[in-house]
Amino acid sequence: MSETILEVQKLKKYFPIKGGILNQTTAEVQAVDVIDFVVARGETLGIVGESGCGKSTTARLLMQLIKHDDGEIIFDGYAVGKSGGITTREMRKRMQMVFQDSYSSLNPRLPVESSIAFGPIVHGVNKSAAQKKARDLLIKVGLNPELFSRRYPHELSGGQRQRVNIARALALEPEVLILDEAVSALDKSVEAQVLNLLMDLKAEFKLTFIFISHDLNVVHYISDRVLVMYLGRVVEIGDVSAVYNYPKHPYTRALISAMPSMDPKKRTEAVPLVGDPPNPISPPSGCRFRTRCPFSEDICAIKEPILIHTDLKKRQSSACHMGDPDSGHSRTNLNGLPK
Amino acid sequence: MSTLSTNSSKNLDAGQIITDSPSYWSSVRSNLKNDPVTIAFALILLSLLLSAIFADLLAPLDPYKTNMLKRLKPIGTEGFLLGADELGRDMLTRLIYGGRLSLLMGISPVVAALLIGGLLGLTAGFVGGKVNMSIMRVMDVFYAFPSVLLAIAISGALGAGIFNAIISLTIVFIPPIARVTESVTTQIRALDYVEAARASGAKSLTIIRVHIISNVAGPVFVYSTSLISVSIILSSGLSFLGLGTEPPQPEWGLMLNTLRQSIYVNPWVAALPGVMIFLTSLSFNMMSDGIRSAMDIKL
Ligand SMILES: Nc1ncnc2c1ncn2[C@@H]1O[C@H](COP(=O)(O)OP(=O)(O)O)[C@@H](O)[C@H]1O
Ligand SMILES: [Mg+2]
Repeated sequence: MSETILEVQKLKKYFPIKGGILNQTTAEVQAVDVIDFVVARGETLGIVGESGCGKSTTARLLMQLIKHDDGEIIFDGYAVGKSGGITTREMRKRMQMVFQDSYSSLNPRLPVESSIAFGPIVHGVNKSAAQKKARDLLIKVGLNPELFSRRYPHELSGGQRQRVNIARALALEPEVLILDEAVSALDKSVEAQVLNLLMDLKAEFKLTFIFISHDLNVVHYISDRVLVMYLGRVVEIGDVSAVYNYPKHPYTRALISAMPSMDPKKRTEAVPLVGDPPNPISPPSGCRFRTRCPFSEDICAIKEPILIHTDLKKRQSSACHMGDPDSGHSRTNLNGLPK
Repeated sequence: MSTLSTNSSKNLDAGQIITDSPSYWSSVRSNLKNDPVTIAFALILLSLLLSAIFADLLAPLDPYKTNMLKRLKPIGTEGFLLGADELGRDMLTRLIYGGRLSLLMGISPVVAALLIGGLLGLTAGFVGGKVNMSIMRVMDVFYAFPSVLLAIAISGALGAGIFNAIISLTIVFIPPIARVTESVTTQIRALDYVEAARASGAKSLTIIRVHIISNVAGPVFVYSTSLISVSIILSSGLSFLGLGTEPPQPEWGLMLNTLRQSIYVNPWVAALPGVMIFLTSLSFNMMSDGIRSAMDIKL
């Protein structure tokens, strides 16, 4: 059993945009543009970033719901979909996903029990055993099977549905759970309950979480490490305490300074993010953040800052020229910047 | 962060059920119960269907027995409740028997087209990409012709006869059913529960069986029912033109044609087959509309 459960190498996905009479590719959305990261067994890796930065695409690539253009996914030491590795089907049994929209992720024509039992049945468990499993899981997610197992999705509240979705994801006894904005659509109080449920389940089933959210507070609360994405790239990754307290990348700084905080001492004077991110069809050359970065210099347009962070012992890395003394940027001592 | 770590997470929702809302099908049923128009038309259809099936028991006379003395007797003649046709055959008898062929020729093309077009649309919608393109382009070619012209052209090419008329109407209805099925399937395939099913490692056929068909069937079925009303009219039209049934078989469209010459002698009798065609077609249309709104389907 290795310490690393998941390793992503040079993962890339461009979505073609079709047009014209011949329906040919006229442009490409650079949704995920070569990202690398590792996930340690038993940790919660948070993924944050503005809407449209490629978080969901990353999740779908990991689950192989969409095919990557390039790169490799290595699950527990085995390359996925490669000879000598493991098949997509084997990987999916060990890694499951919870989607954002609790309603559209349940079949409206099936009672929730059948939705939960579907996965085990697909993997050869007989029907009655799968149903028993579904009922046991309903208890685990805090829903009384006597009341809920025969109900249809539209009869449940958003929080209850998301509990069902969590039960469904756990039905295959996965080791890794990807949660793509799984609590984002819920009311604050329900969100807190479901988050606590997730933490309990994580401890009980020794799960590894990949927790995707645009909400930095929630990610701070639940994650051990955090990965910050911007326009299809990883701009910063590291331990939550390091990244939140000492953000190195100007984008991370801007995100964190924009976080609503109750503590007046924590309110910063750092420049908030202005405007929208550039179009992922034609992203800026070099550093993708440079068009919104207050410290942008010529070098930023020419040279692309690289981030490769595969050593789990390293606390923090960022993809910014200011963090690299040899980059040619005039400010290379990031920590000296006003926070 | 204190707001997040409130009370324990377990058993919070266990007791609360927001609404004791009925299941989908029971709400559809109660919607239908409160819709007298749909029920009325459904009852009309049921009686038409039953009278066609039990024509042997219901019809007062022999549909083929001619009687030159009774030619074109008006409605209400003794022993000829709805009058007699141009050869003195009892109209009521022939209208009852006529329902057999007319309903068969109206319904069977839609059933056949539902099977074939449904399969094509399901395949195109689920597989997507180039497969979708090739299937749907072929459908579009057929769809580009007005259905009446297409039916006449194919029937003309195949030659007259019941079977050929059914085949030509089947070909007419495959493209629209395939289109509707394709668009509903494409919509459903993109939903998260289908993604979740794929993520659980299920094979495509299992996903189609468990998750796609159950959600595509409703709208496609309702749409197909609405096509029956068109099919009844088209098949009668083919018979009227001599491309469907052949005399002396009783069939509403054909009856309308042979009575055409008598329209000035006895317009009421001559109009009767038309009334039957209209009533049947209207009933199918109204019923499918009622079911559609009861099921809350948007097409
Ligand atoms: N199927 C798709 N086809 C084309 N573009 C897509 C598709 N899915 C996502 N995108 C684009 O890829 C980018 C990243 O999207 P996504 O991964 O959903 O972002 P996030 O989850 O971070 O909000 C967006 O610009 C989005 O419009
Ligand atoms: Mg998303």
